[in-house]
Amino acid sequence: MTNLLTVDDLRITFPTRNGPSEVVRGVSFTLGRERLGIVGESGSGKSQTGRALLGLTPAPGKATAKRLEFEGIDLRAATPATWRSLRGVRISMVMQDPKFSLNPVMTIGRQIVEAYRTQKGGAKRDARDRAIAMLEAVQIRDPDRVFNAYPHELSGGMGQRAMIAMMLITEPDLLIADEPTSALDVTVQLEVLGILDRLVADRGMGLIFISHDLRLVSSFCDRVLVMYAGRIVEELRASDLAQAQHPYTQGLFACLPRIEGGTRPLRTLQRDAAWAL
Amino acid sequence: MPLIEVDNLEVTFGHGRDVVAAVRGVSLAVQQGESYGIVGESGSGKSTVLRAICGLAPVTGGTIRIDGTLLTKPRTPAFYRRVQMVFQDPYASLHPRHTVDGVLSEPLAIHGFSDREGRIERALQDVGLGGGFRFRYPHQLSGGQRQRVAIARALILEPTILLLDEPTSALDSSIQAEVLNLLDRLRRERGLTYVLVSHDLAVVAHMCERLVVMQHGLAVEELTRDALQHRQAQQPYTRALLLASEGYGAGLPA
Repeated sequence: MTNLLTVDDLRITFPTRNGPSEVVRGVSFTLGRERLGIVGESGSGKSQTGRALLGLTPAPGKATAKRLEFEGIDLRAATPATWRSLRGVRISMVMQDPKFSLNPVMTIGRQIVEAYRTQKGGAKRDARDRAIAMLEAVQIRDPDRVFNAYPHELSGGMGQRAMIAMMLITEPDLLIADEPTSALDVTVQLEVLGILDRLVADRGMGLIFISHDLRLVSSFCDRVLVMYAGRIVEELRASDLAQAQHPYTQGLFACLPRIEGGTRPLRTLQRDAAWAL
Repeated sequence: MPLIEVDNLEVTFGHGRDVVAAVRGVSLAVQQGESYGIVGESGSGKSTVLRAICGLAPVTGGTIRIDGTLLTKPRTPAFYRRVQMVFQDPYASLHPRHTVDGVLSEPLAIHGFSDREGRIERALQDVGLGGGFRFRYPHQLSGGQRQRVAIARALILEPTILLLDEPTSALDSSIQAEVLNLLDRLRRERGLTYVLVSHDLAVVAHMCERLVVMQHGLAVEELTRDALQHRQAQQPYTRALLLASEGYGAGLPA
């Protein structure tokens, strides 16, 4: 399997009053055409890792790495022009909340068409047909209505599907999904995952799935990276999550309540200062 | 006699063409000392039921009784001394420019409690925050600590009923476990009655003895914890929720 993405020793620092604060501290991984999950609590650096792959580390933060390569392109030295040819074309990102990532004063259709024509050009009518087809592909039952709708006229699940359609219309090689389903209801969540799953299988796309939901990630991804305090503390096959070795992963798994009932009180995570070293 | 009795509750918002029936005839009865769960997806009206009990949503039909007495509109101060609510988002439910001390002393002042010093100190101890947190602002607290302050604020009036609206959905799972344990312990120690709203079946199964599943403003099915644990749901919607809670793969629509 050839590697789509290689990350070696990624570090992200933000300057603070008390000197620079390193939020991602030496993250390394490779990605093929597979589903890779990144799990961690808020503040573990998982979202910053995802953003750095697109060069979207918010200023004044700085991302450095020994190696950051996407299909042979060195992302560290990428010029704005290179980024433009990558972002949204070959690497796309789906954010957490459709309410904040769609333009509220443009119809869904116009936004999708714009995304397509900026990258691929072509006639408006063509782009429109493709957008409708894409909306159908993400299981929107009434694509014509959604095409002409504004974001506030759609439910959260619909909005997130429209967002995914917009990100996928350029047929990227890599999709970074940052908590794409956290704002959605459980049943809708599974439908959206089903769509992503099919795209990985059918198009051979690589997927980085960032989430705090250990149970969901373990049931959906092939491989999981567990992050704690800016580091990867464990990498394992998703199916082996129950046999995790690192006490943090074990603790995270054990503190979830279960429908079948379990320990009462729930086990809590005893943090060890050594994990963060 | 049940402590909380909601009978055929209806809540509608808006006028004319824009009428939204958020709750369309929901009945439930919660016994003294019980923990009762309401489960459903967003828009199912589960939070609206809680808000209606608390007087934050307009009751357009049906009745709500606490201890057999019909609730008045507006609610009396005595009602709020008995019934308190904890909201979902601890980032939004605490005033950003009030210290923890301010947050906790306001209800005491409103209700004319004495020994405010001691009560604030004790309330902070009870929720596992030391006195060192007393003069902090919300931005100096983590999400879990904020939710503990919100719980302390609800408990400081020594209510007997706590209405919990998704108390842990904004928190990480490790912090969720701590907050759920805290709520569990407080209920045992003080004999509190809980009504807990959540979209997470596992949380409700852990916390509540009985639960009702809501969809589109209607109560779909009432279950005991035992029935839930043995997956003895009758309604297809409840079964779908159960399946979906197992994660991807198990819950795939065939």
